Amino acid sequence: MDEGDETVQSGTEPGENSYILRLYVAGQTRKSLAAFANLKKICEEHLQGRYKIEVVDLLEKPQLAKGDQILAIPTLVRQLPPPLKKIIGDLSNTEKVLVGLDLRPANQND
Amino acid sequence: MTEANTADINSASLEKSPTGINGLDEITDGGLPKGRPTLIAGSAGSGKTLISMQFLAQGALKYDEPGVFVAFEENAKELTTNFASLGIDLNDLTARKKILIDYIYIDSSEIEETGEYDLEGLFIRLGSAIDSIGAKRVVLDTIEVLFAGFKNYAILRSELRRLFRYLKSKGVTAIVTGERGDNTLTRFGLEEYVADCVILLDNRMEQQIATRRMRIVKYRGSKHGTNEYPFLIEEDGISVLPITSLGLEHIATKERISSGIKRLDNMLDGKGYFRGSSILISGTAGSGKTSFAANFVDAACRRNERCVYFAFEESPSQISRNMSSIGIDFNSWINAGLLQIHSSRPMAYGLEMHLLDMRKIIDKFQPENVIIDPISNLTNVGTENDVKFMLTRLIDYLKIKGITTLSTSLMDNEADGQAGQGISSLMDTWIRLRMFEEGDERNRGLSVVKSRGMAHSNQIREYLITDQGIKLKDVYLGQTGGLLMGSIRAAEEAREKAETLVQQQENERRKRELEKRLRSLDTQIAALRSEFETDENELNRIIGEEELRREAADKGRTDMARLRKADSLLKGS
Repeated sequence: MDEGDETVQSGTEPGENSYILRLYVAGQTRKSLAAFANLKKICEEHLQGRYKIEVVDLLEKPQLAKGDQILAIPTLVRQLPPPLKKIIGDLSNTEKVLVGLDLRPANQND
Repeated sequence: MTEANTADINSASLEKSPTGINGLDEITDGGLPKGRPTLIAGSAGSGKTLISMQFLAQGALKYDEPGVFVAFEENAKELTTNFASLGIDLNDLTARKKILIDYIYIDSSEIEETGEYDLEGLFIRLGSAIDSIGAKRVVLDTIEVLFAGFKNYAILRSELRRLFRYLKSKGVTAIVTGERGDNTLTRFGLEEYVADCVILLDNRMEQQIATRRMRIVKYRGSKHGTNEYPFLIEEDGISVLPITSLGLEHIATKERISSGIKRLDNMLDGKGYFRGSSILISGTAGSGKTSFAANFVDAACRRNERCVYFAFEESPSQISRNMSSIGIDFNSWINAGLLQIHSSRPMAYGLEMHLLDMRKIIDKFQPENVIIDPISNLTNVGTENDVKFMLTRLIDYLKIKGITTLSTSLMDNEADGQAGQGISSLMDTWIRLRMFEEGDERNRGLSVVKSRGMAHSNQIREYLITDQGIKLKDVYLGQTGGLLMGSIRAAEEAREKAETLVQQQENERRKRELEKRLRSLDTQIAALRSEFETDENELNRIIGEEELRREAADKGRTDMARLRKADSLLKGS
């Protein structure tokens, strides 16, 4: 995970219905790397062009853990669209991630 | 676990982190194990959060040990408000970086779990909080909330184990609170992880009265009190009441103060009570307990001392009115600012509240003397043991302050020596009032059952309640040696008086008779003397004549011998 806590962005500028996601990690552990890889894959498949991923490494910025009430690592926080959603774990279960991000029901309705 | 044991042996005695909580340091023999986690388990409202916060506040203020409070249930603002009423200013402490409150909020409905995770975020937060103020003490209140937030208990349990190891490695003295479970100490078995010290809090209802209790379930490597100790939540926080270790360190003065009844003072070594001692006056209904108390108050106020009178049976005006009938004017003492009467019904609220109230009043008024009338009514408020604990605490508190305490105690019947016995061991002087029924009347008698540190009278004395206070009467013993009281005593007194009068008259008569006889003897002696003198003169005259005659005869004989040249004469010369 060379990106550190940089922002990973899809090609286009996020618009009205874009997703802003924040992934909290603590160093480059196996779980964190897996989570990032899984997340990126899911976003590319389901949210192409309308997502933004921020990776926050709490080892570098521990004070940020307080803001989003982070206990578990890794934690994915959906900051936009509201409401706030949290998904913890290595995001290996794609179905659950999609439900967690409210993507599955939306897709079904489409 | 074996590691911990060996460490204990090596370091002879375990290092302790004092809690600064009244009594808790005594029953834990110095505080919580330093650098280790302690579990405090208890049901809702048993005081877990309070003890924890007090541990931090005392650490920050008294022992220069900053602390981190990780709150899972209340946010910083709620905590600040709650503890302000207990005299802990969290705003100030947090501003001075003595205490850091970290509110961790978990809402499981917001959280979806997928795949593996750990609680590194919690560790990082805890770590940065500890490091930011150099904390030596940490409270996690209550960490069980995690079980509601996370579904994977296997991960959670291994992370908890890691958390306690982490806390130890950080060298902080930690308190972890846990909710009481049905069959286990805590609902989620936190006691599994905390091996060093476990304290159980309890808030039980007994006879419709709630009493808080505390017990140290285990304390590895340290001696500790094993009993259940009642504790109070007072306005300055928690205080635990370990009866055995209560402050028996008060200084005993030799100063003596009057009981307000001169002849009772005489019974007490001639000087009355010791200042700062505790006095119990027990008796049946109508035996005059309150009057004894009133006499004492009156004497104290005359010495210009302040008194607080706690009445559990009568209203202030009722006491004042009744005592004016025995010639004691409470109102003037009240007006002079020397006396306060506080009346309340014992059942009005729990024992803890009574004691708290009494302490507040005492602290404010700073009296030299306190009256509790009657102390036996407080026993209705709790079980016998609880009451004993609480009263011990109160009386010790008063003794430490050097306040003389006079308590009255109601006994149900004459034969009942039990009443007051529960608390009599706390008392230095115990005066027992009794009613004696004889000859169709009831009479009052008092005896000094005990009075520590003085040679007191052991006689039962009759006393009367008069319009000038209490008067002790002289002792009258009947034919059989029994004590005579009331009209029998009066009759005996009258009989004795009549007897004395008769005796007196008889003596007068005999005296006169004897004087007369003496006078006549005198005359006789004078007559005899003159007779004696006459006879003596006669005798002398006869002797004189006799001698003259003999001399003449002798002279005649000598002359004749000379004439005859008698040899007897020659030889003799």
